[in-house]
Amino acid sequence: METFDLLMQGFGIALEPLNLALVIFGCALGLFIGAMPGLGSVNGVAILLPMTFLVPPTGAIIFLAAIYYGAMYGGAISSIMLGIPGASTAVATTFDGRPLALAGKADQALITAAGASFIGGTISVVLFTLFAPPLAEVALAFGAAEEFALMMLAFATFIGLGGDDIPKTLFSIFIGLVLSAVGLDIISGEPRLIFGDLPGFFHGINFLVLAIGIYGIGEMLWTIESSHDGVKVSQASFSIRRIATHLKGLKHSLKASVMGSFLGYFVGILPAAGATPGSIMAYGMAKTMSKDPDSFGKGNIEGVAAPESANNAASTGSMLPMLTLGIPGSPTTAILLGGMVIWGLEPGPMLFVEHQEFVWGLIASLYVANLFAMLINLAFIPAFIGVLRMPFTILAPIIFVLCLVGGYAPTQNMHDVWLILIFGIVGYLMRKLDYPLAPAVLAIVLGPLAETSMRQALLMSDGNLMIFIERPISGPIMGGAVVLFLLPLLKLFRKSRVSASD
Amino acid sequence: MRRAELLMALVLGAFSVYLMVKSAELPIGWIPDEGPGGGAFPFWLAFGMLICCVWIVARWVRRKSPPSRSTEPYLAVTTRSTIIRVIVALTLMIGAIHIIGIYLSIPLFLLYYVRVMGGHRWPVSVAVSVITPVVSFFFFEIALRITLPKGYTEPLFYPLYDIFM
Repeated sequence: METFDLLMQGFGIALEPLNLALVIFGCALGLFIGAMPGLGSVNGVAILLPMTFLVPPTGAIIFLAAIYYGAMYGGAISSIMLGIPGASTAVATTFDGRPLALAGKADQALITAAGASFIGGTISVVLFTLFAPPLAEVALAFGAAEEFALMMLAFATFIGLGGDDIPKTLFSIFIGLVLSAVGLDIISGEPRLIFGDLPGFFHGINFLVLAIGIYGIGEMLWTIESSHDGVKVSQASFSIRRIATHLKGLKHSLKASVMGSFLGYFVGILPAAGATPGSIMAYGMAKTMSKDPDSFGKGNIEGVAAPESANNAASTGSMLPMLTLGIPGSPTTAILLGGMVIWGLEPGPMLFVEHQEFVWGLIASLYVANLFAMLINLAFIPAFIGVLRMPFTILAPIIFVLCLVGGYAPTQNMHDVWLILIFGIVGYLMRKLDYPLAPAVLAIVLGPLAETSMRQALLMSDGNLMIFIERPISGPIMGGAVVLFLLPLLKLFRKSRVSASD
Repeated sequence: MRRAELLMALVLGAFSVYLMVKSAELPIGWIPDEGPGGGAFPFWLAFGMLICCVWIVARWVRRKSPPSRSTEPYLAVTTRSTIIRVIVALTLMIGAIHIIGIYLSIPLFLLYYVRVMGGHRWPVSVAVSVITPVVSFFFFEIALRITLPKGYTEPLFYPLYDIFM
């Protein structure tokens, strides 16, 4: 029952007036960000992280987590009303959400999405509360070799589960790690990779500079390009009675929501997977298990419930490895992790020992955020639909300004603002050629930790690489990483054998 | 698209070589009692980047990756001019921050974007261009106590500092 006491203590923190206000504000803002086409949780968290210096770390992470949650709810709004996903995590919601909206059932789809998100959020937060403390306890025994092996595993999931362009994924991981090495060498203190002898590189490249560049500037350029043609907003009518009817109707899609929640949660834990594939898998599963699979894609309400519950569950799931192991489960949590470092907290299992109020305040705030995100969503659906009509030519320049000013704030150095612009443009150009960029963001956050743990482990073993394989916990983790690395190669090999035998 | 794929791989490959040379300024070998040298970590990672670029080029030759098969232009004609204008405007704005400070360059950028590129009416354009920097001022300078760069316009702010700080 110790967990229960700690959780109650966490509620005490999450319900403090300031924190509660931050949760509500964060949820509303997250819903807004999620509802806007092109912007998702990761963009919101990256752009708004510098603004959180105003409040203490616990309040800051509660605020950002609320944005994360709200954005997962909000993504459904533009998926249903515009037919374009409000965030990549809501792609699967368009499959059935759009046909429903076109059939005049937009209100049913929106309310089911909110209800399913709530179910996904609730189930996953309960799972989180049960899993996190024991996992953190196990992780306390980890040494440098285990830490390094875990990071290898995290990167390997990108290779094994990511897209099919392996060299581009690998490149993204490598460049993220190299960029993280810029600045003063952590052990000898010597300056390294000081490009053009610019003094700005001495303090290294802040992960936030890369994150704002890619998810702020780069994402906006991408959206400007892809939303060039006008889109039409569907009509939806609301009344208290209709909302009540649809909420009662939720029980028809309950099975799909619950399944989606469990699936989303466990997929969300994996670093490379996260909410987007989680929701697509949940959609596929709901379709296969349905009695009427043919109606999917034509406006089956279960096709909205499954992915929406899964993406919320996945966002909670991705926080599990971030808090307990210090390995982020998604790009958004990678940015949260980087934020924790800025706030002076060392991510990883020690958090559960040294900063209990921080950890449990955050966990309790997830329960609160989940509730408020649903309430705000249901109460203000018409307002969020209005957001979709807001002209992008006003929103875009304001977001650009926010990126640049926000990027300046942490270090107060114009050098970083220029870097944000460069990363934004280069990131946009690379993304057009299918280079995945999330691995690079994860890598720049994990880079310093990876290098320290590798060098410490090698120092312990006097340069013997076997240390990563011989140790009882590190070995199997490394083994898992190797399997994931080889997975796509095996697939390739099998494919070529099949085509050869043809 | 096909040409862009090759060009990007070559540029990134050249960048990898530059990173390797730059890393090698520090010891990249094993230092007794100290472990791997300071340059080893970035050196071998940059080497990995180079290998990836070679791999990407190899796939380009065999037309394996989707961009290397695509015949579509890399930047669509319809959106190219918009993207370039946005990038130029952003660059000019950041450059101008050094000289005229953030509180003049931001309104100019917003005015250009909202009025000229967006084609919105003057009242809307002016409102956006004035409200954004004012909110930024109160949020960053007053609430967060972070001084934003003002260039030559710094003296104009002395009275405001006197009132709020």
